[in-house]
Amino acid sequence: MFDKETLAVIFVGLMGLSVLMYAILDGYDLGVGMLLPLDNQQHADIMVASIGPFWDANETWLVLAIGLLLIAFPAAHSLTLKALYLPATFMLIGLILRGVAFDFRAKASFGHRPTWDKLFKLGSLFAALTQGYMLGMYVNGFDTSLSGYLFAMLSAIGVSCAYCFIGATWLVMKTEGELQLKSIKTAKRTLVIAFIGIATVSATNLLFNPDIYAKWFTFPNILFLMPIPIVCGALFALAFMLLKRLQKNPHTGAGFPFLLCILIFTLSFAGLGFSFFPYIVPNQLTIWQAVAAPEALNFLLYGAIVVVPTILMYTAYSYRVFWGKVQELRYY
Amino acid sequence: MLDTLLLSRIQFATNISFHILFPTITIALCWFLLFFKIRFDQTADPIWMRAYRFWVKIFALTFALGVVSGITMSFQFGTNWPGFMEKVGNVAGPLLGYEVLTAFFLEATFLGIMLFGSQRVPQKVHTLATAIVALGTTMSAFWILSLNSWMHTPTGFEMRDGVVIPTDWLAIIFNPSFPYRFFHVLLASAITASFLIAGISAYRLLHGDNKRAPKMTLKVALTAAMILTPVQAFVGDLHGLNTLEHQPQKIAAMEGVWETEKGAPLLLFAIPDEETRSNHFEIGIPNMASLILTHDADGEIKGLNEFVGKHPPVKPVFYSFRVMVGLGMLLLLVAWVTRLTLYKNNELPNWMLKVLVTLSFSGWVATLAGWYVTEIGRQPYIVSGVLTVKEAATDIAPENVAISLALYVIVYLGLLYAYLHTIFVMARRAVEIEEISDQLNEQEQENEEKSILLNSAVTKSTVTNSLDTNLDKKVENDHV
Ligand code: HDD
Ligand code: HEM
Ligand code: HEM
Repeated sequence: MFDKETLAVIFVGLMGLSVLMYAILDGYDLGVGMLLPLDNQQHADIMVASIGPFWDANETWLVLAIGLLLIAFPAAHSLTLKALYLPATFMLIGLILRGVAFDFRAKASFGHRPTWDKLFKLGSLFAALTQGYMLGMYVNGFDTSLSGYLFAMLSAIGVSCAYCFIGATWLVMKTEGELQLKSIKTAKRTLVIAFIGIATVSATNLLFNPDIYAKWFTFPNILFLMPIPIVCGALFALAFMLLKRLQKNPHTGAGFPFLLCILIFTLSFAGLGFSFFPYIVPNQLTIWQAVAAPEALNFLLYGAIVVVPTILMYTAYSYRVFWGKVQELRYY
Repeated sequence: MLDTLLLSRIQFATNISFHILFPTITIALCWFLLFFKIRFDQTADPIWMRAYRFWVKIFALTFALGVVSGITMSFQFGTNWPGFMEKVGNVAGPLLGYEVLTAFFLEATFLGIMLFGSQRVPQKVHTLATAIVALGTTMSAFWILSLNSWMHTPTGFEMRDGVVIPTDWLAIIFNPSFPYRFFHVLLASAITASFLIAGISAYRLLHGDNKRAPKMTLKVALTAAMILTPVQAFVGDLHGLNTLEHQPQKIAAMEGVWETEKGAPLLLFAIPDEETRSNHFEIGIPNMASLILTHDADGEIKGLNEFVGKHPPVKPVFYSFRVMVGLGMLLLLVAWVTRLTLYKNNELPNWMLKVLVTLSFSGWVATLAGWYVTEIGRQPYIVSGVLTVKEAATDIAPENVAISLALYVIVYLGLLYAYLHTIFVMARRAVEIEEISDQLNEQEQENEEKSILLNSAVTKSTVTNSLDTNLDKKVENDHV
């Protein structure tokens, strides 16, 4: 039996893991959705096929993250979702549209296909923008002044670009020929915007938030924190060079930009997590104030210890089954 | 202006009602698919694979709708019922958590392999993936129904500082109404899926499909329905007895009994009136309700007047119960008549096929009616005796809930239309596809299909829509 304090840390860690998994995994397939061309059916089919076997499981990380927030920090869950009620609703509508459009586009008659493609793209865009917006609102402590909204809008654009970037690198890895070359170009372009986006959001966050500023720029924190942005910048530069090289020879190392992108996401997330720990709702509620009863959390933890590694294992298996360049999806 | 509480209730009911339509089909349909797949592995008869292929596409579509509407559900608890999690979250949370960990990931991950992996993994592994998805959906039902049953018959906890603290997890998970509800709902799912398969197969036969597959699936589905409908009536009866023990006020509302009486009649029809606290236009079978519920023709049934102010609204519970049981009896009759006819003549007359087509989605109606009995019958509580709905409600501005509700309703109506439309489009398309027995030919046919597909994509802008639909009919569109 763990005590309340330890459980709070364990569960916020688990929640962080699922948010990060979600941002990476659903990030790439929302990115692919946003990049879907409406004038090239063949490319659209390949792009959709590249995420076909995965999108459902990817989205499940969101269910787990929201579930853990609800289970372990119920007060934070209702505080956050009350403040973000409408954007959360819009996000759900976006996720609904892209999830079903994915299936309907294959089964509807050809006449309806372009409509479902549009809904797929629109739903992905909607979901990404609202997620970025909610992140921005959350980070600035639900600040409803003009500057608060502007920051949230900025964050919405930043997150969408980051998703497009990871989506493009996913396509660089999974596709061949013309589509791959096109994706390399897109990846280069979105890399630049995502870099500017992440840098701006981080800088603004530091400027507006004296507590966080103090946390980052005091000794000894600065020693082990400063590497985060520096390494992040270096990874961006490395990814850019790799993409340039891939333009000449797309056959070797096509997976590396995607890998670098995962690292960038992880580092940015770690930076963000550190900035706010131990708050679960910035400036309002710490994890220790919000945590649920140990009787409940211990019971769930026993299961999680066995089940989470199993989930990671069979997720890896499923990626191995569909390893390599995309092939056409068929139900047999 | 409607208040937040009422709007939240309407929104929750709308969302869960929309959601449950799809699990009801997927839970059992996946076991049917597993059956088709195992039969194929055993006999190598391509007819089983063909059945699998047709139904797996419908499964995929249904599953997708179940997933996206389910994600909405997991947000609802916090947004619309914060008091629910505050008070009983220590029980509800872990049960929901186990559902995500042991069921959702399992089904979502292996779904990819089940749908698209049959060329990439050995056949045995593909069959196993199908089995795992079936197990996952059933596990999901297990956890969520455990929670729901606990909300009806809470046990295994104590109150500390006004909050529910779990003391005995086994007592919580296997609470008194859980076994009945679990089996009743699984059977409801199986019956719903059986009539869906039977109805769509009948539709294909009516449209001149003379292949073996729809005949075979019709037979399988009706056999299942013939066996399961009587079992459902039996389990439902046990379920009612259990409810009588734990929630007598709900039974009183279901039966429309106002005064406590011995030898209560089974009301086939009546119009309950809460103003006068009596029924109008009663038609009933004397002593029958007492006989069914107490297994004694003169047994006593507690009336609603013993629970004044603490019983649910009578009308919706009373009517919904009759819709469910009425449909249950109708489906039982139809299943037996059609299956026996099929046994004797080896085919069904057109009028029977038409009846089956009409009943394709009847399982939905019975399932929803059943849930309304159960859930409205729990009013005014959200957790029986522990927490009322009012205490659990949110204080979000009503405008916000109104906006979200309106959005959901619009999207859901659109999706429901698209879903039903697409299923019948798929059935019609299946009618026109040639049945090709040997593997080689099939491969050729596929290549041909592909080139037609590509052509149609390239020349898309120049060909007219009608040509498109023509092509559409010839080509089985298997590409995702
Ligand atoms: C009896 C069965 C049953 C019932 C009563 C419910 N569900 Fe459900 N749910 C399922 C049976 C199911 C399923 C069979 O597991 C689904 C449906 C279709 C599917 O594809 O998975 C699913 C999907 C599903 C998902 C998406 C899972 C994924 O990503 O794969 C979520 C988040 C929920 N549900 C949540 C809920 C909540 C919060 C409910 C109650 C208020 C609820 N469900 C009632
Ligand atoms: C899946 C089929 C289900 C259907 C069709 C259904 C239907 C309904 C309906 C119609 C209501 C509104 C009752 C009223 O306001 O008068 C309701 C309430 C509710 N149900 Fe269910 N329900 C289902 C399953 C569940 C499950 C599995 C849970 C939780 C584990 C659940 C939890 C609730 C809650 C929290 C309320 C809100 C309180 C209330 O308005 O009574 N329901 N449900
Ligand atoms: C034929 C005789 C049937 C009987 C006697 C019967 C009995 C019952 C009873 C007593 C309840 C209320 C449980 C409670 O107190 O909360 C119930 C609920 C329900 N019924 Fe039925 N039922 C029958 C048929 C059906 C059929 C055919 C279906 C669907 C295909 C169905 C689906 C449901 C569902 C989904 C619920 C709500 C979940 C639950 O509480 O189990 N029932 N049924």
